[in-house]
Amino acid sequence: MISTQLPAIVLLLTLLSAPICSMIRNGDHAWKLAMFAVWLSVAAAFALMSQVWGGTTLSYHMGGWPPPWGIEVRVDELSALVLILITLFGALVISALRESLRTVMRSHRHSLYYATFLLCMAALIGITITGDAFNVFVFLEISSLSTYALIARGRDRRALVAAFRYLIMGTIGATFILIAIGFMYMVTGTLNMADLAQRLPEHADNKVIQASFAFFTVGIALKVAVFPLHYWLPNAYTYAPKATTAFLAATATKVALYVMIRFIFDVYGVEFSFSQMRLDMLLIPLSIAGILLGSMTAIFQSDVKRLLAWSSVAQLGYMVLGVALLNTSGLTSAVTHMFNHAMMKAGLFLALAAMIYRVGSSNLRDLAGIGRTMPLTTAAFVILGAGLVGVPLTAGFISKWYLVSAALDKGWLPLAALLIISSLMALAYIAKIVDAAYFQPVPDQHQNVRDVPVSILTPVWVFALLTIYFGIDTRMTAGVAERVAQALLSVAS
Amino acid sequence: MTMPTLMLLTLIIPLVGGVLLTFQTNANTRDIISLVTASVLFLVVLGIYPGVLSGQSEALILAEPITGLAFSLQAEPLGLLFATVASGLWILTTIYGIGYMRGNNETNQTRFFFCFAISIAAAMGIAFAGNLITLFVFYEMLTLATYPLVTHKGNEDARRGGRVYLGILMFTSIGFLLFAILWTYSLTGTTDFTPGGILQGNASPTIALILLTLFAFGTGKAALMPFHRWLPAAMVAPTPVSALLHAVAVVKAGVFTVLKITVYVFGIDFIADTGAGTIVLWVAAFTLTAASIVALTKDNLKARLAYSTVGQLSYVVVGAMLANAAGIIGAAMQIAMHAMGKITLFFCAGAIYVATHKTNISQLDGLGHKMPFTFAAFFIGSVSIIGLPPMGGAWSKWFLLMGSADAQQWILIGLLLLSSLLNIAYLLPIVGRGFFRPLPAQDAAQYTAGTIQEAPINCVVPLCLTAAGCVALFLFGDAIYEFLQPVFTVAEPAGPAQ
Repeated sequence: MISTQLPAIVLLLTLLSAPICSMIRNGDHAWKLAMFAVWLSVAAAFALMSQVWGGTTLSYHMGGWPPPWGIEVRVDELSALVLILITLFGALVISALRESLRTVMRSHRHSLYYATFLLCMAALIGITITGDAFNVFVFLEISSLSTYALIARGRDRRALVAAFRYLIMGTIGATFILIAIGFMYMVTGTLNMADLAQRLPEHADNKVIQASFAFFTVGIALKVAVFPLHYWLPNAYTYAPKATTAFLAATATKVALYVMIRFIFDVYGVEFSFSQMRLDMLLIPLSIAGILLGSMTAIFQSDVKRLLAWSSVAQLGYMVLGVALLNTSGLTSAVTHMFNHAMMKAGLFLALAAMIYRVGSSNLRDLAGIGRTMPLTTAAFVILGAGLVGVPLTAGFISKWYLVSAALDKGWLPLAALLIISSLMALAYIAKIVDAAYFQPVPDQHQNVRDVPVSILTPVWVFALLTIYFGIDTRMTAGVAERVAQALLSVAS
Repeated sequence: MTMPTLMLLTLIIPLVGGVLLTFQTNANTRDIISLVTASVLFLVVLGIYPGVLSGQSEALILAEPITGLAFSLQAEPLGLLFATVASGLWILTTIYGIGYMRGNNETNQTRFFFCFAISIAAAMGIAFAGNLITLFVFYEMLTLATYPLVTHKGNEDARRGGRVYLGILMFTSIGFLLFAILWTYSLTGTTDFTPGGILQGNASPTIALILLTLFAFGTGKAALMPFHRWLPAAMVAPTPVSALLHAVAVVKAGVFTVLKITVYVFGIDFIADTGAGTIVLWVAAFTLTAASIVALTKDNLKARLAYSTVGQLSYVVVGAMLANAAGIIGAAMQIAMHAMGKITLFFCAGAIYVATHKTNISQLDGLGHKMPFTFAAFFIGSVSIIGLPPMGGAWSKWFLLMGSADAQQWILIGLLLLSSLLNIAYLLPIVGRGFFRPLPAQDAAQYTAGTIQEAPINCVVPLCLTAAGCVALFLFGDAIYEFLQPVFTVAEPAGPAQ
């Protein structure tokens, strides 16, 4: 009974608890409600995954109206994986949030913060499960607006500028996507994604559809932060309040990437996107540039938050590259890395937030010797960092392996070599942090720093252990990703 | 017990031992745990012999994250030989280490023995790795576990050495080794070590040449020039670390990796047919000559021994690249023989340091009469390294020369002989100084004339045992030869064995 309603439940849990949260005056109670809602959504997401496991697609008709007139909710393995990503990592961040917020803002504001957070999560969930192109836009806007609010809550005044810049860029991106959807609607008269997919091929030579594709590409590239449209990202990540960054880094760009994959492969179709519009010619060079530039810039950062943000630019490059390589290994790598990177980056930002919680700064100078003052947090940070580099037995290794295999499958040796070089760059910037943490003397003012409370430490370690777990058992990540990749690619051929 | 269980135990025992000893506050119980762990490990490794001798090759799959890419263990003669050497010498090093660390009042002894145990577990993993990726994981684990040991002293010097150590080893392994592994996987769809090799028919001669070069340089632990700098840099570590890890476990893990890749990934026939080893062969030949010459110029005893190690490692690589039976057997023997000889020399260097706090060769005048056991052992170890009978080293050098002759590499034979002469030139004068020069006047005052003033007994006994081992290996050279034979008899019928 309830299992057939799951696609609606997973969305409504967070969507409905958001306004309730905003009405609760007591921050602690709001947090408890938020916790209850998100952890239930995690359960719902896993239940959905088990329902679609193996490659089935669930179609749920909102309010009982059949598509293409009513709103359709579609869940397949790809969206179930993204759902788990959003809910699980979001829930872990929320678990740490209560303690972490205490030092940032007064407690009566907490409930509003949780409400915004939940709203953002609900919007991301909505994007993931909806089968309706216009809904994607609506949810994208909700998520963007709530993200602006989340970023602007930072104590640092520069957070306002960062939020404003993100607002401008995000709005341009969203507008472009809206134009793209409008054009499609103009030509086909439908907004249902499955319906669009059926009707679009006959209009492949229509200039309006081609323009729609161009608008969509630019718009979504902005949201994914594909080089050279990545400029909003480092600032937004750096100035957002601590733990929020962990959530944003894990989810926002990943969901945008999901939309990109969904539209390019399912709505526009592989044939149209790659054979006719030659999207790969655009994305491959750009993603490579993003990988190299992001890694290189990361090496020279002295602020760890900014360093991790630039590393995100590079890592998103990996995912886009995986999509653009257009073979099973590449797409598997993209989807796997979407999940793995979300996990590792969220963990890293959360661990960093824990350090900032004690030290009050994310500058390398202040983090010197932190391996001795906060051994548990730093150890988790190192595990997660190893994942980012792609050390075997961590999740990062799996996705890198598939990506390099994809390059080699195409016979592109220089690209494979380039990817290895970029791994070495990742090693360089992680080693820089490790070096400071373990081999430099503790500054005088931080002598009596201790490890963070258990309520922050536990989520951090869960992320670290998951990174190892998904480096060994990959049925849910690479296994699903491989099936998804085969399904997405076979649609066209 | 079955083979898979035993192999798993070789990983678990040192790990458990390492964890157990971190909980001990009493130094004596901690040291007993170290010793028991080492002994039990050695017995377990010995327990694997019957299985391997009877030709069992049961694999143990630990996990399989990507289809066709498992973490698996599998025993075969080469790996078992390496495991025996590493675990056997671990017992002696533990005894020696206890004496050395206490004699020098070193700090953080628990961390020291813990990292030591982890390193041994990694070495066992390398020895029994069933495919390239498993080997790579343990290879990196060994690098990371030995890093705290290298920087043990914690001063600026140790940190600088540690950076070079980690930098070179990580750079080469990720930049070249991992790349070569990925490439191999992409060419063949597997990374399993298979008798006869997996690349035959999957790679053109040019690709084979590039791949093998990548593998050889990627294995930074094999210390081929120009990636040898980490080894002298690692000498800032306490002497037991230099002795077991940088004369046995770590460096031998490197050359063992090269050897194993040659035999089980390329297959010696494939290398011989395509000439894939050419570049590496000459780089190694250059390294073994150049390193010997550099060793001549070093006055610091440990630095001289380090360069000597760089040179001796290249013998193994040369043997592997010769790609014939005599060459491979010579290379495998060199792993065991050099281990026994070099650990003796390092034990001696450490004993001299504990007893007199002297580190330079020019300070050793006349010490032979004060420390006769140490210097006698040093002499025996030196002769074994040089490769003269009646020491074990004679066999490996002999087979390497035979291999070169089989491959008709006459220049190489000349270089090998020249290098042996150089070995004499940089090793024997050390012993000569000890016995034939008088004690300097200011030193003589500290000693009572006519008495022996050796290092603690814990240090002296192990070095006498390893010196005896050098002689024993000469006597049992034939047994090792017989044991290694299956590597080739299995290799001949090419094709998948399992």
